[in-house]
Amino acid sequence: MTAVAAPALPKRRSLYPGWFYAPAAAVYSVLFLAPTLASLYFSLTRWTLFDATFIGFDNFAQFFREPFLVQGLVNTVIYAVVTSGLKVVVGMLLALMLTSEIIARGYLRSVIFFPVLVSTVGVGITFTVLMHPTQGMINQTLAFLGMAGPGWLVDPRLALFSVALVDVWKGVGLATVIYIAGLVAIPRDYYEAARIDGATKLQNFFYVTLPLSRPATATVITLSFIGGLRTFDLIWAMTKGGPGFASDTIASVIYKQYQAGFYGLSTAGNVVLFILIAVLVVPLTMFLNRKQGHE
Amino acid sequence: MTKTKLFALMGASTLGLMISANAVSAQQSGYLSFLIDNGPQSVAVAEAWVAAYTEKNPDVTIDIEVRPGGGEGDNIVKTRLATGAMADVFFYNSGSLFQAINPTQNLLPVTNEPWQEGVQESFKSVVSAGGEVYGTPFAPAMGGGIFYNRGIYEELGLEIPTTWEEFMANNEKIKAAGKTAVIQTYGETWTSQLFVLADFYNVLAAEPDFAEKFTANEAKFATSPAALRGFEKLQEVYEAGYLNADFGAATYPDGLRMVATGEGAHYPMLTFGIGAIAETLPDNLDDVGFFAQPGDSADSNGLTTWMPDSVYIAKSTSSPDLAKDFVGFIGSPEGCDIRNEAVGATGPYMIAGCELPSDVPPAVSDMLPYFQEGGNNAPALEFLSPVKGPALEQITVEVGSGIRSAADGAALYDEDVRKQAQQLGLAGW
Repeated sequence: MTAVAAPALPKRRSLYPGWFYAPAAAVYSVLFLAPTLASLYFSLTRWTLFDATFIGFDNFAQFFREPFLVQGLVNTVIYAVVTSGLKVVVGMLLALMLTSEIIARGYLRSVIFFPVLVSTVGVGITFTVLMHPTQGMINQTLAFLGMAGPGWLVDPRLALFSVALVDVWKGVGLATVIYIAGLVAIPRDYYEAARIDGATKLQNFFYVTLPLSRPATATVITLSFIGGLRTFDLIWAMTKGGPGFASDTIASVIYKQYQAGFYGLSTAGNVVLFILIAVLVVPLTMFLNRKQGHE
Repeated sequence: MTKTKLFALMGASTLGLMISANAVSAQQSGYLSFLIDNGPQSVAVAEAWVAAYTEKNPDVTIDIEVRPGGGEGDNIVKTRLATGAMADVFFYNSGSLFQAINPTQNLLPVTNEPWQEGVQESFKSVVSAGGEVYGTPFAPAMGGGIFYNRGIYEELGLEIPTTWEEFMANNEKIKAAGKTAVIQTYGETWTSQLFVLADFYNVLAAEPDFAEKFTANEAKFATSPAALRGFEKLQEVYEAGYLNADFGAATYPDGLRMVATGEGAHYPMLTFGIGAIAETLPDNLDDVGFFAQPGDSADSNGLTTWMPDSVYIAKSTSSPDLAKDFVGFIGSPEGCDIRNEAVGATGPYMIAGCELPSDVPPAVSDMLPYFQEGGNNAPALEFLSPVKGPALEQITVEVGSGIRSAADGAALYDEDVRKQAQQLGLAGW
């Protein structure tokens, strides 16, 4: 009864008619394509929500003319590189530790993952309190040890990196989990072979673990890099882009333009962000995935 | 037993019927929503008004809705107006921010309403657009200047400064005594603008036509020496090392607490802070005094004033008559009395017949002479020009914490206002 149909099945492109896609396509068009196209149009206008005047590429010219908007762009890239870089390194180290035979492994795994589950804004506010230059717990501890702590969030040279560190603290759990999955998927045979060849622990890591966990690395980099480029909530909760414009990223700049009522300008900023992400991430993923294909 | 139960049931259901009937009639003829910001003072006074009004008109229900202040609040107000979902009656700034919400299209004019006769012309001018008046004062007028701790002044034998030089000399003495001379609270960025904004009386004293020229794109902060002074003053207090150690992270409530309790001597702020001090530190209210931000010459010492925020009626309201009646109540002497009782007196009212109580706190009595006959005052720039750049508070944080020089900051601000002027469609930009 069941064996009859299978061999006789003719070669067909699909069992289902194409219009089965229609509902999904409709939802996608209404909720994604239409707003995207509309925003492309509005980015070329001076828009008050009440009416829009077409002004060509003036918004984009404005966006790149202002010093703090350009700084926001630079900060965004710095932030993305720093956070994704640290997440790769720290995530890998934590995953190595948590896949080895250590005490309370399950407990430690949940501890590392816990910050991922907490609300970003809550984390931001908590760390803002901890990083207060005079009354914060971090600097008070440093003062107790006889060191003068820096103004984590009020020193313009440090603010962006302080936020990036908190981002890593909060997000490294996810990177660790991805790496743990990647590490346990490496067959034990490789390690046995390496041991027979007399490989040291360090050689084990650099010649077996690291190359074979490349898919995990690619995932971690892509996810955290995109996340870093469009980061907003943590920055807004901790510094609002301050002091001055020192920790502005492109997303916080866009939000401030929107808040000020420059709807056209902020839409133009979103188009810039969209292009920036595409320009940086598409080649990055192609690069990471091509290497993987050659394994 | 069963009978009483039955009666009770009948009573209850009749009551229920009455209540629901009332509710229905209230929704049709007497329901208003009232949107205010979430400052404790606004909430307290709005609740007092609503309680008094609904006591007089039991068939009216007024729901108070609360929104955040600052830029986020601007956002909510603009978005709700644009989508036609604004509350019937709402509270918002007057002056340049009022011009940015497209009043002629979104608001209900109240030019010829009876209560407007008692409202001062100077206030009407900052809530008018296209020849119509749209607003009613929500609060008394304010001054922008410097709160000082009277205890420190007494202890060190200091005089109220009338020039910037005297002010800096006072600061030097306060610093020498081991105290914080100037409090700044850049943890809330809007508070960083005061040295620049409250200097405007001095700008006008030097260049009486600055506001018109500024609106017409002819005068600039960076190229007008008088206007640049505000930015320079901000830089000077930072460079002299007068600021509190945590100026970068402290918040507005911190600043009020510090000046009230004597942790610091001077705090540049708007006088509405008096209400907040009265609320949170009533015991220290008498320790706080106030003076106008000094200029470079003692001959022209005067106060930069802020018009009060305003109450508006949305054009989308479904019960315009009730909304007008309620707003008229707020703008009446009775409304002022209720306000005085709820949050205390913080400054002179813009409504005829509104009296201040006899026992005002010292910071208020320090401010009143500037408003009275022979006193010197001038409105802040935002009431003379619709142009106000949104990034001023970030720029003043930079200048006030040594990240950017005064001249650079002023030039950057001139760039910033261009966007606002273009967005408003002003001529000459």
